[in-house]
Order: sequence, then C-alpha cells, then structure tokens
Amino acid sequence: MLAPGGGGHLSSAEVLFEVEHVTRRYRLPRTRLLGPRRELVAVDDVSFTLRRGETLGVVGESGSGKTTLMKMLLRLERPDAGRISYYGASLTREVQVIFQDPSSALDPRMRVADIILEPVRVMRLPGDRRQRVYELLDAVGLPPDSAHRYAHEFSGGQRQRIAIARALAPRPQMLIGDEPVSALDVSVRAQILNLLEDLRVGFDLTLVLVSHDLSVVRHMCDRVLVMSRGSVVEEGPTREIFSAPRHAYTRLLLDSIPTLKNRRAASA
Amino acid sequence: MAESLLVEDLRVLVGAVEAVRGVSFELGAGSRTGLIGESGSGKTLTALALMGLLPDGLRAAGRVLYGGRDLLTLPDDELCALRGDRLAMVFQEPMSALNPVMRIGDQVAEPLMLHRRLGRRVALAEATRALMRVRIRDPEEKMRAYPHQLSGGQRQRAMIAMAMACAPAVLVADEPTTALDVTVQAGILRLLDELVEAEGTTLLLITHDLAVVASSCDRVLVMYGGKIVESGTVGQVFDRPRHPYTRALLDAIPPVDEDLPDRHLRAIPGSVPGLGRFPPGCPFRNRCPNADGKCAEMPPLAVLGDHSLACWHPVEAGI
Repeated sequence: MLAPGGGGHLSSAEVLFEVEHVTRRYRLPRTRLLGPRRELVAVDDVSFTLRRGETLGVVGESGSGKTTLMKMLLRLERPDAGRISYYGASLTREVQVIFQDPSSALDPRMRVADIILEPVRVMRLPGDRRQRVYELLDAVGLPPDSAHRYAHEFSGGQRQRIAIARALAPRPQMLIGDEPVSALDVSVRAQILNLLEDLRVGFDLTLVLVSHDLSVVRHMCDRVLVMSRGSVVEEGPTREIFSAPRHAYTRLLLDSIPTLKNRRAASA
Repeated sequence: MAESLLVEDLRVLVGAVEAVRGVSFELGAGSRTGLIGESGSGKTLTALALMGLLPDGLRAAGRVLYGGRDLLTLPDDELCALRGDRLAMVFQEPMSALNPVMRIGDQVAEPLMLHRRLGRRVALAEATRALMRVRIRDPEEKMRAYPHQLSGGQRQRAMIAMAMACAPAVLVADEPTTALDVTVQAGILRLLDELVEAEGTTLLLITHDLAVVASSCDRVLVMYGGKIVESGTVGQVFDRPRHPYTRALLDAIPPVDEDLPDRHLRAIPGSVPGLGRFPPGCPFRNRCPNADGKCAEMPPLAVLGDHSLACWHPVEAGI
C-alpha cells in the first residue's frame, strides 16, 4: 500500500511522512513581451517514505528541487499533483526547521529567551515558559545567562544553537535541517553536527538533512535521496549509495567531491 | 612565464586593529600554494594586499617582492601596469567582480587592449579564443552576453578567461568555487589546474576547504587569527600536521570513507573570535588542548626543512 522506496511493508506507526507522486510547477515570467509563458517543474513526480526515527539525507545541487520538496513537507507550498500524508498529530508543532544562515533567521531586536519561546507563544503551548528557556539553553549547550542577551552578541555557531533551541521549543518529533552547517566556520561545524546527533538520540527525533555537502550527509544519515532536476534519481541506504552508486548522476556527484586523500599527482 | 613572489612580514591594519599580523611566505615560481583559513583569519586581506586592492581605509605594511620590486610601495601607475597582466586575481563571486553593464567579450578583451596594446578587433578575436580555452559553450554568443545572462559556473569561467588573458605570472584565486555546486566546482578546479599547468603560472589558491587544497596544490599555508601557524607540503601538513589547530581542523571534518563511533566528530571547542578579539600570544590558545601559560607569548616560527610551524607545544610527529 505504500509508495516505492518503502522497502517492505511498514505500518502507519512506523511512518511519519508518505510522499506520493508529488509534482510542483512554477510559472516563469515571460522573457519577451509576447513570448511564451514557460514553466519550471521544480519537483517532478517524487515519491518516498519517511520512517519515524530515521535520518534521511537529501542531496542535490542548486535547482534540484530539494528546498521546494521541504517547503511542501512543511505545507509552505502546495503540490500541484500527488499527495503528502503526515501521520503525526500536529504538523505545525511537530515538524520544525533549521535554516542555513542563523543570522538572518533570528530577529536581532529580540532577546534570546523571546526568540526561543516564540513558537511556544504563537502556538499557545502550555507549561512553565521560564523554566523551558533554561531547559532548552542547556540542551543546546548555551549558558543560562544567554537568555537575556540579543542574538547579534553571539557567534555564528552559537546563533545556530539558538535557532536549534527555538526549533526544539514546541517539542517536535522531526527536524528538517536545510544546510544547517554550510554557513559556519569549518572549526565550528563538527560541534553543531555532534549537537544535532545528540538531540536526535536524546529526543528521539526524525531528522531530514538537506545538504550539498556529501561528507556531512554520509556522516549523519541512514538513508539518502539523490535529487536532480526535480526528480529523485536514486534512493537507498547511505552506505550503499556511497560505495556502489547506480545512477550516473550520483556517480558524477560522488566523483566531484574533493577529498583530502585525492592528491595532485605531482605532490605525492 | 612563472615568477616567484616573496611576502615579508605583511601586516594589514583595519583602523587600529591588526587583521594580518606579520605574515611571511614565498610562492616559488610555478608552484601552487593553498592558503587555508576560516572567517577572520586574514586570508582574503592577505590576497587583496598582495594585489594592491585593499579597500580605502585599510593599510598594508611589510614587503611584497615581485621581480625585484616591492608591490606595496610601487606607484599606482606601475602597479596598474602589472595587475591584470603579470598579476591576476579571480574572486569568489563573479557576479560582483564582473561589470554588470559590460558585455563579456569587452571585459575579457579589456586587459588585452590595455596591456598588450591590441586593437579592439584583434583583442575581441583573442577574447573569443580565451573563452574557448575556458570551455565556455558557444563562445561567440557568450561574447555578446551580459554577466547576468550566464550561469554561475559560466561567469566564473569568464572571470578566469579574463584573469588568464595575458598569461599572468602569478594568479591569486580567492575562494573561486565556494559559491558553486560541487559538480561545477570540480570542472572549475580542473580548468584552473590545466591552465596553470599549461602556462606555468604561480598559483595562490585561497579557501576554507582543505580538500580543495589537497587536490589542487603542492604547498599549504594555514592561517588563524592573522598569522600563518603552519606551512609545508600538502603531504607534511595534511598527513603529519604538527600545529594543534591544523590537526584539530583535519579531525573535525567528517571522513568520506569511514564510519565514526556514535557518529561523533572530534569537535574544536569555542568559536573563531571576531576581528581584534583573538587572544594575545598564540591566537589559537583559548581553543587549544595543549595550551598553557607559555602560549601567552607568540611562539616563533620554527622551521624544520620546508615544514614550518608556530607553536610551543606541537603535536607529536607521526601520530
């Protein structure tokens, strides 16, 4: 009953998202006054199943449709065709997102406590908010006195921690990380990846990681979707995709990653 | 023809803050050197200072010797005669480095008219050939295009065509592939490699991506907090790093060919301090596992053959 990629029969208790033949088109502006109206198929007949507790990597280059797909999961965009079923209770509360650039995702005029509590306030969630702030700061490794400071007083890595704390505030079941470490310094990335992994285990989260950095996806994810021009060209367990890619595009992508071990012939 | 470039005790002042704090290195004729650094390390300011392109209000001190002359004290007209001809630069974001209202062809032809004194028609024909060399598809058509009509990868190719038009002796490429997709990046790096090889150009490649340096360079300079903390061949620095910062950076990168227990990386504590906020002495000491009281004083650069490092407590060799 489930769409391809399920790999056997899954009960609805094991499935969080079911994406079936989803397509999203955008109409492009005319390039000439009387020219034809062109269409861009951003996501083209995509199907996959997201299981509870798994870590799914979505890789692909700019324009591959990764972000449009994520927007549709979050219901920020509607598919033109196909269906997305969510098997949790409340998508707005349970599915949270972290973006690439923490600086533009945080309001510089708000104090950290207010930033973190915003989803709780907007969704009118019950509980002791003051106590919740300190719990969340502790969970993301920020000192308690951060609560009364402003986001701009923090470094890039610390701002990403604030954004993660905000995403955790409504007690989500799932996090979507859209290039969560791409804008950070290399020496800070590992901290944030370790934090995401600790939180995933500690809070039993389902994690979707969108990234153009294949080493990050290989390190973090159980399963990978490879997207190209709106389509999923390959899907499978991370280890298989990286050791024995089947699709030509996946092979091209993997061959393109510079690695520390591939040296220039002359320098060996 | 390749020529060497010697940088001695280069300093760049941003107001009262020293952002580049006494950097010395040599780019041997025809060598390829990678300059690695994170934000605030001073790598881009170093590059701009070499090219005499520091923005207004920033001052450079020290010496940049090229062809027996100090580029830092060269009169503007002499520097202009060198830049674009003997010394060229490729920037990270071609959209902001190219002139948006000038056709690609005219931009690539410009250095040829200026430095080679070619007439417009000859220069344009030469520019078309330059676009072919960087393997831009439909070069004739792209000659007439404006930068916004090209994709990111094509724009970067056009900028490389422009930089390489006069076959420069020294090419400085500042994060030339950072804004590009990984498959496009691979193509651009291959292209740079071929052109530099064919012309024997001396290359300084600036990036935060260690793997890019490993795959394209022979030598590495590691910068942190405005200082070069370690330098050597790619093999020395990446396989047998001695500076705790280099070692920590290499450890913090997710490996592409092995699984780590518990999916945990060896992270570096803390964050890169902002400009002027690095601790006095060794800039890495507040994040370094080996640091002690001695590190309050800046360690001198120890030279071990062609491997250099500035550290009181280096990582044991061979670990």
